[in-house]
Amino acid sequence: MGRAWKFGDHVSTDEIIPGRFNITTDPQELAKHVFCEVRPEYAERVRPGDIVVGGQNFGCGSSREHAVIAIRNSGAQCIIAASFARIFFRNAINIGLPVLECPEAVAGIHDGDEVEVNPATGVIYHVTTGKMFQARPLPPFVLKIVSAGGIVNFLREHDLEELMHP
Amino acid sequence: MGTLIEEIFSRKIGRHAYAGEILLVDVDYIMSHDNTTPLAIQTFQEIGRPIYDRSRIVLHLDHAYPAPNVQVAENHRRILDFVRQQRLPHLFIRGVCHQVMLEEGFVVPGAIIVGADSHSNMYGAVGAFGTGLGSTDIAVAWATGKCWFKVPETIRIELYGQPPPGVYAKDVMLDLIGRLGMDSAIYRAVEFGGAYIDNLPVHERLVFTNMSTEMGAKCGLVAPDDRTIAYLESETAARGPFERIRPIRPRYERVIEIEVSTLSPRIACPPDVDNVKPVKEVEGLEVHEVYIGTCTNGRYEDLEIVARILEGRRVHPLVRVIVTPASQRIYTKALRNGLIEILINAGCTVTNPGCGACVGRHGGVLAPGERALTTMNRNFVGRMGSPLAEIYLASPATAAATALTGRITDPRRIMRG
Ligand code: SF4
Repeated sequence: MGRAWKFGDHVSTDEIIPGRFNITTDPQELAKHVFCEVRPEYAERVRPGDIVVGGQNFGCGSSREHAVIAIRNSGAQCIIAASFARIFFRNAINIGLPVLECPEAVAGIHDGDEVEVNPATGVIYHVTTGKMFQARPLPPFVLKIVSAGGIVNFLREHDLEELMHP
Repeated sequence: MGTLIEEIFSRKIGRHAYAGEILLVDVDYIMSHDNTTPLAIQTFQEIGRPIYDRSRIVLHLDHAYPAPNVQVAENHRRILDFVRQQRLPHLFIRGVCHQVMLEEGFVVPGAIIVGADSHSNMYGAVGAFGTGLGSTDIAVAWATGKCWFKVPETIRIELYGQPPPGVYAKDVMLDLIGRLGMDSAIYRAVEFGGAYIDNLPVHERLVFTNMSTEMGAKCGLVAPDDRTIAYLESETAARGPFERIRPIRPRYERVIEIEVSTLSPRIACPPDVDNVKPVKEVEGLEVHEVYIGTCTNGRYEDLEIVARILEGRRVHPLVRVIVTPASQRIYTKALRNGLIEILINAGCTVTNPGCGACVGRHGGVLAPGERALTTMNRNFVGRMGSPLAEIYLASPATAAATALTGRITDPRRIMRG
């Protein structure tokens, strides 16, 4: 179970981690500055297992993977959004950070609410109101990457071609 | 049979590819730059496999070059050491990655090019599939030569008419983004066509595909034609024969038709790129910096428009006017033809080619409370430095007019006939 940190529409990678901080590749350093301008208190108060909730087009803008790394290393267990920007979505999958698309859940969840998520099934349980939501299911090959803990881990055990096997 | 993107994939896999299908394909080139390469190197080392084909890897130092601080210098060092260890043949320090990719001949019709940069969409202007990826995908492509893609649905945008003087591709594209919205094409390919695009020089088509990223698109495409081939032959190192890939009995998710003949200059206002207005509506707002350059509008023809407006005049004394040619090739051509001297005499600061002020790390960073007008492609909060600065996006002509007056100015007021 985690607490929801709710954000608006079109949260850009510049807002997640401003350009001046993404010169480092150190995950802990990135996590220290995540959302520093839009939610300055986030980095300090986020607890392991918390959930980032975004609106439309979450993670739009640059391809910087520093953004997903910063969120993952802040302790957040997953991101729920109404929709994700394309590169951000891919980057999150690649590092094994679950991303769930579910506009209904986003509409229902408020900042600070308690939420339980099952990334494998896409079921979102809104503890505060007792409501259940179903996120859009991830394609099987994407689930393979997420359950391996990211594409790097996947490649340690498998060939890329195996992603495409049914 | 299919849309342009389906045709490109079909050629790659040797059978019909259709939208919605997930494919694992060989990529022709894998591009990354000083901002995204260090992370890719780290991930590549974690994968622990050798490089699949070094000739497909193309690296650039452009985002913060020359290094503005020690941390960036360390990143450059890591990249150069990696290039030496891995004996990578393609390293460029010649300007903005996308422009250099084109000039150096890596971008040809039908090529699949992945870039660790969101504006890799620009390559579609000559009929290549260019798309942005994160550093992990790039590292995986270094190690395997491959990448997975979902073949996207296509939105076709048909543009007709001839815009009036003072209105450029940038104005048309900003208008389009303003109408459709910054998330209007997420996961989609956007095909640009119609009589306006057919008559448009390639350097302006590049603005459309470059900024398709600002609609959330996976790629932006223009079908290659005679203009494309003439451009590739004269302006780039690419040598034919080039494939004239075209959509064949395509099925589009959506077709949008727009007439451009009555358009006026447009400007994207903070904080979002789809907050687009006629320049007239914000005229008179004081600016502190005018930044002209980037992969969107830092080409020779853009500098020429600016120089023509500024020739024999002086920019506003309290405005920092910074001009950054997109590439060394553009820079030397502008030097040879006297544009750089005109710009300097008018009071501009001309910097070395590269991304310059665009990434908010060097070359024209903004202070809190400042307002900039730039020819860039995005105006996110904090993009150019302080999150308390405001960024307005417009054409090179609007930028030049604004540089003269120190206030946002419709270029038609001061353009000479
Ligand atoms: S010029 Fe700006 S938008 Fe273009 S690649 Fe460089 S940083 Fe990105």
